[in-house]
Amino acid sequence: MSETLQKADPFIEIDGELCKGCKLCIDVCPKTVISISDKLNGSSYHPAYYLGHDCTGCGLCFYACPEPAAIRVVKP
Amino acid sequence: MKVFEKPTSFYPRFERKGGPHKETTHYCPGCGHGNVHKMIAEAMDDLGIRERTVFVSPVGCSVFGYYYFDCGNIQAAHGRAPAVATGIKRANPDSIVISYQGDGDLAAIGTAETLHAANRGENITVFFVNNAIYGMTGGQMAPTTMIGQKTATTPRGRIETEHGNPIRMAEIISTLPAAGYVERVAIGTSKHIMKARKAIRKALTNQVENRGYSFVEILSVCPTGWKMDSPDARDWLLNEMTQVFPLGVYKDDAGERENEWYRPVEPFVPEKVDAYFSAGNFEEADEPIKLDKSLQCKFAGFGGQGILTLGLFMAQVGMRGKLHASWIPSYGPEMRGGTANCSVNLSEARIGTPLVDRPNVLVVMNQPSLEAFEKDVVDGGTILIDSGIVESKPDGDRLNCILIPATKIADEVGTPKVANVVMLGALCAATGAFELDFVEETLRAVVKKRNLVDMNITALKRGYDFVRNGG
Repeated sequence: MSETLQKADPFIEIDGELCKGCKLCIDVCPKTVISISDKLNGSSYHPAYYLGHDCTGCGLCFYACPEPAAIRVVKP
Repeated sequence: MKVFEKPTSFYPRFERKGGPHKETTHYCPGCGHGNVHKMIAEAMDDLGIRERTVFVSPVGCSVFGYYYFDCGNIQAAHGRAPAVATGIKRANPDSIVISYQGDGDLAAIGTAETLHAANRGENITVFFVNNAIYGMTGGQMAPTTMIGQKTATTPRGRIETEHGNPIRMAEIISTLPAAGYVERVAIGTSKHIMKARKAIRKALTNQVENRGYSFVEILSVCPTGWKMDSPDARDWLLNEMTQVFPLGVYKDDAGERENEWYRPVEPFVPEKVDAYFSAGNFEEADEPIKLDKSLQCKFAGFGGQGILTLGLFMAQVGMRGKLHASWIPSYGPEMRGGTANCSVNLSEARIGTPLVDRPNVLVVMNQPSLEAFEKDVVDGGTILIDSGIVESKPDGDRLNCILIPATKIADEVGTPKVANVVMLGALCAATGAFELDFVEETLRAVVKKRNLVDMNITALKRGYDFVRNGG
């Protein structure tokens, strides 16, 4: 593991096209760093998105999300 | 570095799924199935069992398990997943078999299969996703629907005195001695989900270590069927459902059972099956017996007269003579005293149907059978009648009638029970299809009670002589 990665912050990747907008990730996030988009995705859902900072990499949103591939959490 | 991402036990793309969206599930937003699938797939990854896992899908929303799990998949008939899982596991004891079922599947139509698989302690893992409603069919009342819960079929709410109470499967199954591990968890808060994740892993680990039957009931949500948004549904689950379905471990005997519930299988060898059924333990004739015409025989009488056995002997004579043979019984529920009949086909050609509607040989050993079947016999057919029992006479112009006091002769031989074999002897003489010696050798090979063989042979000869020589 590189020095850069070790120091990097945890982050969440949400694939807006795979999200069905159930909001469960928002519900469980202890840091409230996920929000729901105003825009509709290709399946007519308002997808969740990561605010871009303060994720701790706890992974709770990953387990709360019913979709296999909509959320990816990286904790360097 | 820790990465939380799609487990590799899922297909990279869900190609089997119809429609354009090949990377999402077919489940509604907020559905609990997605969470459970994800945790199972993750456990399969971590335990390294994907290659030997067979996922049995039920009928219900999760019917399409095979869209998602990159392992062996079978979709079972409604409620039968534990029975199918039993078969897979018994035939392949090294496979990891998951029976994944909803409440309608597991606790309604499949209750019997569920309980008996648990009672046998099948070394399988059952995941029971309980969302208190029939989701796939449009939100009808399920066996686990809560009192007062409104569904499509309980518009005023479930009423105890009309619809019964929600059924608690974890509690019921935990009463069965052979069930190893029974726990109820919930897809609620993160804490609950983590507990569920642990239970799922434990249930699969138990199977890997051959600790027997594991059952994890997962309280889940159906936002669509419940008509709620997802966070509200999770709240309702935690506030209401857990009151009726308390969470916790109901049984855990699995810890002491390592490798105890492994059921090895021996390779399938057809000869073993033959030996088991005592078939083929006689030497066949060198040349197939020649028949003037195929024999379509009907044997009929009271239960207890040995009617079905008589038909079996006849079929075995045919088998030993390298003929095609079929035997099919028809009898009432009584072991003794009811009516019984059987149909036997013997033919040089393959037999299309084992049924005999128009016999050319009829053996009757009681009055009702003569009345029932005489009219079915083809013109010129042979009819053998136990004249000591049957009072009336058949139509002698149309049929070749042989009257023989079989039961009386048998009684003289030693027991009325061999009246059927007297009839067999008479039948051989009347049809001329088989040599007496050949039938005798067959009887010696197939009569199960060895001490009665000689009496049977005597009865056979008496019947034969009666027809050939008039007694």
